[in-house]
Amino acid sequence: MELSEDQIERYSRHILLPEVGGKGQKRLLSSRILIIGAGGLGSPAALYLAAAGVGTIGIVDMDVVDLSNLQRQIIHTTEDLDRPKVESAREKIAGLNPDVTVTTYPFALTAANAREIVAGYDVILDGTDNFPAKFLINDLAVMTRKPLVHGGILRFVGQVLTVLPGESACYRCLFREPPPAGAVPTCSEAGVLGVIAGVIGTIQATEAIKILLEKGHLLTNRLMTYDALTTTFRPVSVRRSPKCPVCGDHPTITELIDYEQPVCTTPGI
Amino acid sequence: MAVTVRIPTPLRKLTGNQSEIREEGGTIREVLKNLEVHYPGIGERLTDESGELRRFINIYVNEEDIRFQDGLDTKIKLGDEVSIIPAIAGGAE
Ligand SMILES: [Zn+2]
Repeated sequence: MELSEDQIERYSRHILLPEVGGKGQKRLLSSRILIIGAGGLGSPAALYLAAAGVGTIGIVDMDVVDLSNLQRQIIHTTEDLDRPKVESAREKIAGLNPDVTVTTYPFALTAANAREIVAGYDVILDGTDNFPAKFLINDLAVMTRKPLVHGGILRFVGQVLTVLPGESACYRCLFREPPPAGAVPTCSEAGVLGVIAGVIGTIQATEAIKILLEKGHLLTNRLMTYDALTTTFRPVSVRRSPKCPVCGDHPTITELIDYEQPVCTTPGI
Repeated sequence: MAVTVRIPTPLRKLTGNQSEIREEGGTIREVLKNLEVHYPGIGERLTDESGELRRFINIYVNEEDIRFQDGLDTKIKLGDEVSIIPAIAGGAE
């Protein structure tokens, strides 16, 4: 594949970077990223990945746009109310960059359909808002050996971790199982500063691009925490645990699990 | 000996919204015990009935997970910083 003149101009600020160049840009154009959740995290991630020229973006989200989403889910607009999020996202991406093919999955990710959806993608970006989905996505990444960029936000804080299955610590090495319902506030009871989704979602998009370009040092074996109230980024070290139930030496979880936990009905923060 | 303990957002309700607390103790276990004395209710949020750290909460001494040190018996030195970090999932539906 050769870059067209328009593409050379569109991506000129990338091509100028030695770490990207024409070769890296072509690599992005032939890459496939699966974004799970077209919400707070998925919105900025999808927009920047589309602008960057990631050739195929898959988006999984079962929901329609709700008025309370618009405080942070910047890929959707007031005119999109009640429309499926995947459709709204597809339209914005098409308007931003015609080089990008969007594949939509307007349903929930489950243990039954996850492997089929993820097949063919190079990287998974977790933009979901609930623990069952996050653990399912982690296990899916480990079992299918797909790189994963995990993100989570709550109130004024965010967390990001990149997982290279088989090489670096997974989310279960860090937290072994989802908290019981009610133990950690989630969803409507806690609230979130909308812009936190932008900070964490764009870090996730950055990690995804670095994975595709094979450049720089990834956020592997380090959990980055961000506290907006103190404007502090603080990494803590994470180690691959030999006792990890999914990526350890003797895994006890060998099939995907749908946790029966009452959580937000809305995937995508 | 007093160390700085960073309190995660979900637990700040129990600490009068303080994000950092100075607490006494030579080990993490002692620090947690003193935290419970000063901020009743925080203990059960961090440890289960058998006194083990809950599985969705990690404690770090200077960015190192105590699970890879001596767990709750990990010793603390002057100037150490203790961070309590729970799993977080989402912000709002
Ligand atoms: Zn693991």
